[in-house]
Amino acid sequence: MSINKIIESFNSAVEDILDNSTVMVGGFAGPGGIPQNLLKALQELGSKNLILVTNTAGIGDFGVLGDHIHTGILIENGQISKVIASYPSSPSPSKPNAFEVAFREKEVELELVPQGTLAERIRAGGAGIPAFYTATGVGTELAEGKEVKIFEGRDYLMETALRADFALLKATKCDVMGNIQFTGTSQNFNGVMATAADTTIFEVDEVVDVGEIPPNGIHLPGIYVDRIVKIK
Amino acid sequence: MADFLPKDVIAMRVAKELENGQVVNLGIGIPSLCSQYIPRDKDVIFHSENGVLNFGPLADASEINPDFINAAGYSLLPYPGMYFMGSDIAFSMIRGSHVDIAVLGALQVSQSGDLANWKIPERGIGNVGGAMDLAAGARKVIVAMQHLDPFGNPKIVSTCSYPLTGQRCVSLVVTDVSVIEISLKGMILKELAPGWSVQDVQEITGPRLIIADDLSEIEL
Repeated sequence: MSINKIIESFNSAVEDILDNSTVMVGGFAGPGGIPQNLLKALQELGSKNLILVTNTAGIGDFGVLGDHIHTGILIENGQISKVIASYPSSPSPSKPNAFEVAFREKEVELELVPQGTLAERIRAGGAGIPAFYTATGVGTELAEGKEVKIFEGRDYLMETALRADFALLKATKCDVMGNIQFTGTSQNFNGVMATAADTTIFEVDEVVDVGEIPPNGIHLPGIYVDRIVKIK
Repeated sequence: MADFLPKDVIAMRVAKELENGQVVNLGIGIPSLCSQYIPRDKDVIFHSENGVLNFGPLADASEINPDFINAAGYSLLPYPGMYFMGSDIAFSMIRGSHVDIAVLGALQVSQSGDLANWKIPERGIGNVGGAMDLAAGARKVIVAMQHLDPFGNPKIVSTCSYPLTGQRCVSLVVTDVSVIEISLKGMILKELAPGWSVQDVQEITGPRLIIADDLSEIEL
């Protein structure tokens, strides 16, 4: 097997993320599935005017999950010009996160997207579907400016596909071809985002030989994966 | 007026609505308490939009595992028949009407079943999360909430003044004083908390309530 997607360092894995790139970042809330080392490397690289596509824009001490590195470090570092997310702010108004502070200072724009619509827009982006219709959001302020079409008597909104230049993702295990296995609920957006970016970069806990993950145990085939960095 | 029922009693009353084999998504807050009150002879399949189906009791704080959480951030325990999936599949289940019941909290519910639960206008910014997907996609939406907001204002209103989550999506409201069904005719008062009269509930409710023929005290 001559395919080998392993990159030695987090810094070299992200070095071509230029200014004005659109970057998807995996994770839901809490540390599960967040590519913390790749985020740190992107912060060190310092690229600016990035569009960030992610579920939350960084929730630190939310719930019982403890502190961890999240997309908030890029916002605090002034690298993000726009956030596309479903849950961008802190759950607690009295403890605003970096996104909310930057948004109020008009340093960052927001495109708020219902979570399922966000996932499906990304899925569509990876599946060659330019747009789709969904009942989610009909009659709400998030429907403003969107085409409404009636199917079998019900209103639906047209939503367009989302793609990115890069996706920064996290998984538990992979082989050198990039066949990926997730653990539990840490798959979240990582699987679908891998399909919708020009360059997909995973950080993983463990790299195994090709063939070690059984075919049915591969949650995402390596054709969607460009670079892998093993967490030391 | 008599006492308002505790949050756990609201959750117990909602749990009575859940039937064997149903797929149920519980929102954050009072709805999340419902899972504790499912009778042992019922198998309810809980769905959480971050990517888990069929989970049981939650772990306590000493067993935190960030790879096994529900959407509220609480850690899961292993459970027979449990299934994990990505966000795209978790929401295909919701959007495709495979979730029978969503139990959601609310800031306001209107007499036509409009739901507002994602944005307080004064904050100027909101987290929509999966609320709009659940409001539009679940086969039935039950609201579990306190009857009044923290300032003593009715949360059941003629028309929502807060930004909507979904239109005409709520079919049952369980509060700390009443159970109210939303029908094409209007809001039907079905059950009262102990010590509460129809007039007591009407006084703290926006729209005019229709009194059910079989009006009864809340039973758990």
